[in-house]
Amino acid sequence: MKRKTLLFCLFLLALCACKREHRVFDPGATAAQPANGTVMNDVMAGATQPSAAVPIQFEESAYAVAEGKRFYQAYNCVGCHANGGGAIGPALMDSEWIYGSKLEQIHSVIVQGRPNGMPSFANKIPDYQVWEIAAYVRSMSGQLPSDVAPSRSDHMPTVRSESSRPKEHPADENQQPLVPGRSK
Amino acid sequence: MNVFVRVPTGGCNKSRLLNGFIAFFIRQPKFLSSTSFMHNQSAFCAETRHAYELWIGEMRSSGCSSTAAVIVLLSLSFTVGCKRGHRTQEPASAGGQIRAYTGQMESDDGHWLRATKDYANTRYSSLNQINTGNVSQLHVAWTFSTGVPHGQEAAPIVANNTMYIATPWPNVLYALDLTKQGAPLKWKYEPHPSPASKGEACCDWVSRGAVYDNGKIFFNTLDGYTIALNADTGAELWKTHLADISHGETITMAPMVVHNHVFVGNSGGEFGVRGWLAALDTNSGKLAWKAYNTGPDKEVLIGQRFKPFYKTDQGTDLGVKTWPPDAWRVGGGTVWGFLAYDPKLNLIYYGTANPGPWNAEVRPGDNKWTSGMFARDPDTGEAVWFYQMSPHDLFDWDGINEDILLDLPMQGQNRQVLVRPDRNGYVYVIDRSNGQVLSATPYVHITTTTGVDLQTGRLQHVPEKTPRTGQVVKDICPMAPGAKDWQPSSFSAQTGLVYIPHQNMCMDEEGTEANYIAGTPYIGASVQYYPGPGGHMGELTAWDPIAGKPVWVIKDKYPIWSGTVSTAGGLVFFGTMDGWFKAADARTGNVLWQFKTASGIIGQPVTYRGPDGKQYIAILSGIGGWPGSIVAGKLDTRDGTAGNGWGKALPNIRNEVTPGGTLYVFALP
Ligand code: HEC
Repeated sequence: MKRKTLLFCLFLLALCACKREHRVFDPGATAAQPANGTVMNDVMAGATQPSAAVPIQFEESAYAVAEGKRFYQAYNCVGCHANGGGAIGPALMDSEWIYGSKLEQIHSVIVQGRPNGMPSFANKIPDYQVWEIAAYVRSMSGQLPSDVAPSRSDHMPTVRSESSRPKEHPADENQQPLVPGRSK
Repeated sequence: MNVFVRVPTGGCNKSRLLNGFIAFFIRQPKFLSSTSFMHNQSAFCAETRHAYELWIGEMRSSGCSSTAAVIVLLSLSFTVGCKRGHRTQEPASAGGQIRAYTGQMESDDGHWLRATKDYANTRYSSLNQINTGNVSQLHVAWTFSTGVPHGQEAAPIVANNTMYIATPWPNVLYALDLTKQGAPLKWKYEPHPSPASKGEACCDWVSRGAVYDNGKIFFNTLDGYTIALNADTGAELWKTHLADISHGETITMAPMVVHNHVFVGNSGGEFGVRGWLAALDTNSGKLAWKAYNTGPDKEVLIGQRFKPFYKTDQGTDLGVKTWPPDAWRVGGGTVWGFLAYDPKLNLIYYGTANPGPWNAEVRPGDNKWTSGMFARDPDTGEAVWFYQMSPHDLFDWDGINEDILLDLPMQGQNRQVLVRPDRNGYVYVIDRSNGQVLSATPYVHITTTTGVDLQTGRLQHVPEKTPRTGQVVKDICPMAPGAKDWQPSSFSAQTGLVYIPHQNMCMDEEGTEANYIAGTPYIGASVQYYPGPGGHMGELTAWDPIAGKPVWVIKDKYPIWSGTVSTAGGLVFFGTMDGWFKAADARTGNVLWQFKTASGIIGQPVTYRGPDGKQYIAILSGIGGWPGSIVAGKLDTRDGTAGNGWGKALPNIRNEVTPGGTLYVFALP
C-alpha cells in the first residue's frame, strides 16, 4: 500500500515535470499581435502587415453611425471633445491624430484610454457600441461616405453636418508613392 | 443716485407696486426681445426711460413710499445699461470719481509673497520708481522659459531674494536667484503629477501659483497634491493628497496661508465633484479642517456662529434640502479663486463655484452653497456668514471672483466692505462683517437679469433667458465664463478705483441631457460664445466702487484674461491674449507703454523691489486657460462649441498667437 502511494506521488510529480518542460513553440515575431491587434505606429518593424479582422460593417451602416453619434453624447465624449472641435481632449474633426485615424485604433483608444487624459471606457461601453462610436468619430473628419455620415441635426447649429464635411487627410492615411530614384 | 438704502417696508400697497411693475413690462415689449435692444439701443433707452418715469410717477402719486429697492433695480438695469450703450460710442465717458483711498493699506516691503499681494487682495504696490513719467523707457531686464506651452496663470512670487514660478502641469516649481545677473536657476522641484489629470481639468492645465510663508513655499499640483518646500533649498517638507482625479477633482488654485494654516480648494465643477476648502497645518501638512460647500451642515462646518444676513440662507441642512435627493453629492461648488483675510475680524472670504451640472433643470432649488461666498474663521473653519450671488445658477456663473477688502464711505457711514466684481455681471459692495449687500451694480451688458433686490439679496432673472433642454436660447449676456472669469482685479490707493479685467460677451445655449459618469464631464449644455455690443470681447474697466460707476474703459478685441496690478507710480499693468503687455495711466486709461511678448498673456502681473533696490515688473506670457485652450490645445474652431463654447468666438486666434511659456521681467534702464 505504501509503495503504491509512493508510486502515485512520483507519477504526479512526473506529470508536473512534463508541464514544466512543455515547450510552447514561439510563433515568431512576424506572426505575433499586440493584445488586441491594434497597431499604433506607421512604421512596421520588419515591414509586416497586421492581420486582425476589422468589423468595417459599422462604417457602412448609416444606422450604426447615427447610433454612434447618440452614444458619443450619452457617454460624455462631447464634454471633452466638443462636437469634433475638441476641448479638454484633442479635436477629432481635423487631420491630426496622435494615436491613429483607423477604425480599430479609435476603438482601442476608447477601450484602453490613453495616458494624457483620455479615460478608459473598458467595462463601461458594450463592444458593439464602441465600434459604432468609433465609426462615428471617423465621420467627424469626413472619412465616411456622405450617405453614411449623419446629416443635419435638429439641434443648435454649431458645426457643419458630418455628411457635408470635407474629407481630412490624416498623415497615416495613404502614403504617397515614393519618388522613383534613378539607379546608376 | 444714492438710493442703495434698505428702506423699511410699510404703507406701500404691494399689489399696486406689482401691477406697476407688470404694466411697465407690458408697455415695454421690446424689453423682452433683447436683439432689438442690441440693434436699436438709443431709441430703446429713450423709450425705456420714458416708461420708467411714467411708472415711477404713478408710484409716487399712489403714495407708495417703499419703491426704493425696485427703483434701484430698474435704475441700475436701465439707466446704467443705457449709459453703457453710450459708452460704446464714446469710450472714455466718465461717471465715477477719482478720490484717494482714506482707509488703511497693509504695509508694503516690496516683496510679493502671495498672488493677491496683500490679505485685502488689492494687488497694489507702493513702489513708484516706475511711474507715468518714465514708464515709456521700460525694457526687458531678463526672461526665463517655463518649458510648458500651456496657459500661464501663475503670479511670480518674490521673497527671500528669490523669485518662485509655478508652471502649469507638470507643475514644476522654479526658484530663480534675484541676487545674480539674469536671475539664474537656483533650484527646481518636479512633482511628476499624473498625466491623466490633464483630462480632468476643464480649462487647460493651469496653476494659479504658489505662496510664500515663513521660509516655506506652498503650491498645488493638478493631480490633487499640496506640497510644502523649504524656500531656500527646494527640499520637500511634506506632500498631502487632497483631490481624487478619478472622480474629476483637480487643484488649480494658488494656496493662501493665514496663521498656521494653508488653504486649498478643489476644481472640477464640470465633472460633478463636491466642492470643498481644506486647511492644512503649515508644519505637518495634516488636515486641520475641511469644509464642504454642499451637503449637511456638519460637513459644511455650519454651527452656532453661522449668521447669514438673508432669510433664504437661514435654516438647517440647506446644503441638502435645496437639492433633489443626493444631487448635492455631485453638485459642484468648488473653490479655485483667491481668498481674502481680515485680521481684525479674523475672517477669511472666498467664493464657491457653479453648481453641477450646468443644465439647471435637473437640480431644482437654490443649490446651496454654490455660486456664493463664505466668511469663515480661519482657525476653526466655522462658517460665519454666506451670501449667494447666483442662487440656482443657470449659466455656469462660478462665484469664485476675488473679494477686495476696503473701508469705504457708503450711505454716509464708513463701512467695512468687500468689493466683488462677480461673474454674474454685478459689482457687489458687501458689508464684510455680516454679509449685507450694500450695492450691486452692473458693469457689463446684461440681458439675463434685471438687478439684485437689496431687500432679499436675490438676483432677479429674466424668465425668457432660462436655458431649457432641447431648446435654443439666444443672446444670453453675460455668457457662461461670465462678465469676468478668474482674472483678478486690482485696487489703487491713489485713485480709489478698482481695475477690473473682464469680458464683453454673450452666448447661445441649448440644454442637453446630463449623464453622470465619474471622471467625465457632467455639463448638459451646448454653448457658443460671441462678442457683446460693440464687437469687442475684452474690457479693462476702472470702476468707482462708491458711486458704482466706471471712470474709463479700455477695450480689446479678445477677452482680457490676465489679472492686473496697480502701483503708486500711477500705473495699471495688464496683458492681452494676443501677447501685449501694457501699462495704462491709472487716472485716464491712456496706454503709456506696451511690449509684445512671445505668446498670449493670461497671467498675473506683479511688481517688486529687487535686491539691487530697483523696481521690477514681472509677467508670465503663455496662452491657454479656458479661451486660450483653443491655441494651447490646437482646437478646431470650425466647431463653434470647441473649447466648450469658444470656437465661435475665437475663429482665427490660432493664426495670430502661438503657445509658449515665458517669464518677462521689466525694468528702467
Ligand atoms: C475626460 C475627458 C475625456 C473624455 C470623457 C473622452 N476623452 Fe477622448 N481624449 C481625451 C484626451 C485628453 C485625449 C488625448 C490623450 C492623449 O494624448 O494621451 C483623448 C484622446 C482621444 C482620441 C485620440 C485622438 C488622437 O488624436 O489620436 C480619441 C479618438 C478619443 N479621445 C475619443 C473619445 C471618445 C469616442 C470618447 C467617448 C467615449 C472620449 N474620447 C471621451 C479626453 C477625453
